[in-house]
Amino acid sequence: MAFTRDTPTPGVRQRTRLSPAWGFVAPFTVMFLAFYLAPIAYALVDSLFATKSSGLGFGPPQRVFVFLRNYTDALSSPAFQASLGRLFLFCIIEVPLMVATATVLALLLETGKALWPRFFRVVYFMPYGVPGVIATLLWGFLYIPATSPVLQGLKAIGIGLVPLSSTNVLFAIANISLWLYAGYNMIILTAALQSIPTEIYEAARIDGAGEWKLIWLIKLPLIRGSIVLVTLFTVIGTLQLFVEPLVLSPLTTAISSDFTPNMAAYANAFTKNNSSVAAAMAVIVAIIAFAMSYIFLRIVNSKGRQAW
Amino acid sequence: MVTRSTHPGRSWTWSRIGTTSALLVAAVYFLLPIAWVVIAATKSPGDLFGTNGLWLSDTPQLLHNLQRLFTENNSAFVTWVANSVLYSGLGAFVATLLSTACGYGIAKYSFLGKEKLFALILAGVMVPATVIALPLYFLLNTVDLVGTRLSVLLPSMVSPFGVYLARIHSATVPDEVIEAARLDGAGEGRIFALVAAPMMIPAMVTIFLFQFVTIWNNYLLPLVMLSSEKTFPVTLGLTLWNSQTQRDPYFYTLVVTGSAVSMVVLVGLMMGLQRFWKAGMTTGATKG
Repeated sequence: MAFTRDTPTPGVRQRTRLSPAWGFVAPFTVMFLAFYLAPIAYALVDSLFATKSSGLGFGPPQRVFVFLRNYTDALSSPAFQASLGRLFLFCIIEVPLMVATATVLALLLETGKALWPRFFRVVYFMPYGVPGVIATLLWGFLYIPATSPVLQGLKAIGIGLVPLSSTNVLFAIANISLWLYAGYNMIILTAALQSIPTEIYEAARIDGAGEWKLIWLIKLPLIRGSIVLVTLFTVIGTLQLFVEPLVLSPLTTAISSDFTPNMAAYANAFTKNNSSVAAAMAVIVAIIAFAMSYIFLRIVNSKGRQAW
Repeated sequence: MVTRSTHPGRSWTWSRIGTTSALLVAAVYFLLPIAWVVIAATKSPGDLFGTNGLWLSDTPQLLHNLQRLFTENNSAFVTWVANSVLYSGLGAFVATLLSTACGYGIAKYSFLGKEKLFALILAGVMVPATVIALPLYFLLNTVDLVGTRLSVLLPSMVSPFGVYLARIHSATVPDEVIEAARLDGAGEGRIFALVAAPMMIPAMVTIFLFQFVTIWNNYLLPLVMLSSEKTFPVTLGLTLWNSQTQRDPYFYTLVVTGSAVSMVVLVGLMMGLQRFWKAGMTTGATKG
């Protein structure tokens, strides 16, 4: 090994000059600063101010520093509290449903017992290419008795399901997310399953392990890292809930304009012209996302070996 | 004696029938909306609401629907598709170049603050998109970019996940090759462009695909930024038509046909490039 990276080659690494790495790193970093970090910084600052119309309504409105009042206002508003509650409920429905479905599909496909595994893999992955808006428009038609063959079929056998009623609407939305992303998550998990060396299975079979034991004692523990990853991305995705309820809202009275925190932020920014409250709400969602990711990773990492 | 025990080609067993049936049920679930929309695209508005959703009507009119889809409203749909192709194609192309260079720079050089920068970029993957889109509107408003195509294009050129993938895939470029090129007198930029980048093409295709689909499927950013129909991508255009169904029921058929067409195009693209997806997700699944 004549030229490894740590060999001090003269002329390559001079401490005084700017590292040539910045030529590669700088273009992305500048764009990242402008379109990721700057908006976040802007939201953080904006959320600490409020717009006050001056005195008698003459003259330009003033920006006043109000510190955390936008946050306390948002958090004490019953409508925003309700939207946060709905979001947590949605998380509790969606995350286990998604992770379980993706894991079961991946395990079934990788048993080597199924016919046409490639066909199934392609079919399950297909919805990932469908924009969330279009998927929601489609499922919207399937949630209305006039156009839904499913509801018509259920009615024929005496089941009157109303997917968009206020009790069912969260499940109706969870179904759309499941349909969109279960196949994508399944592919991540099948990739992890395929990276397990087959010798391990053979050794286990010699020891007399059946298919169930293989799953519980070998496959699931070995793809734990990928399951953690899928769970994490699903949690972050569910916290952003916006498009599906927004597009479904004309079809049902069960979805208000502040159904989720993101919808409330959007309404504040563009229909109520209150960007500071909108910023505070957006920051609250981000903090929840970070807190939940952190807590989740702490929990999985404290049990046994580090997953991430 | 235990032989290799993956058993494709073995006789029918109960576990084989059971596994395949379960997968078939799931396949029906995933195919149902797609089958519905393709069938619905052949129907008139009356038949859409009056006939069985999973069966053709007596008077299919797919060609008529397609013709109206492409001509309605001064060919608005064609403009929207072109816009989507522009946003996704150009956005993903630049994003691929930027993140490949950045990931390569982080992988192959040591410099001050390198790991901190990478951690910051990774944190960017975790930030909800809505948290960025709303303030970005107000920021771009101050520089008069809101409403222009650039307001959607520029933010689409940043892919933190792409940097992550590029850093991992830079391992396919051996350090020895880079050192050899240096000894031959090549500059750092030349080495990247002529030696490293060609070796990273599979990774670059993966990054491009991920970003392409992300931009194509994005709804919030164009919704926030754009107001003129001429600049809309397909997603925004179809929801605009969807909001006009009260005025004229024919818009139901236009929305359904438009959804079917844009779905067929993108799903076709994804299927055609399947092996690149898998490459990307395998690395995404292993430890960084």
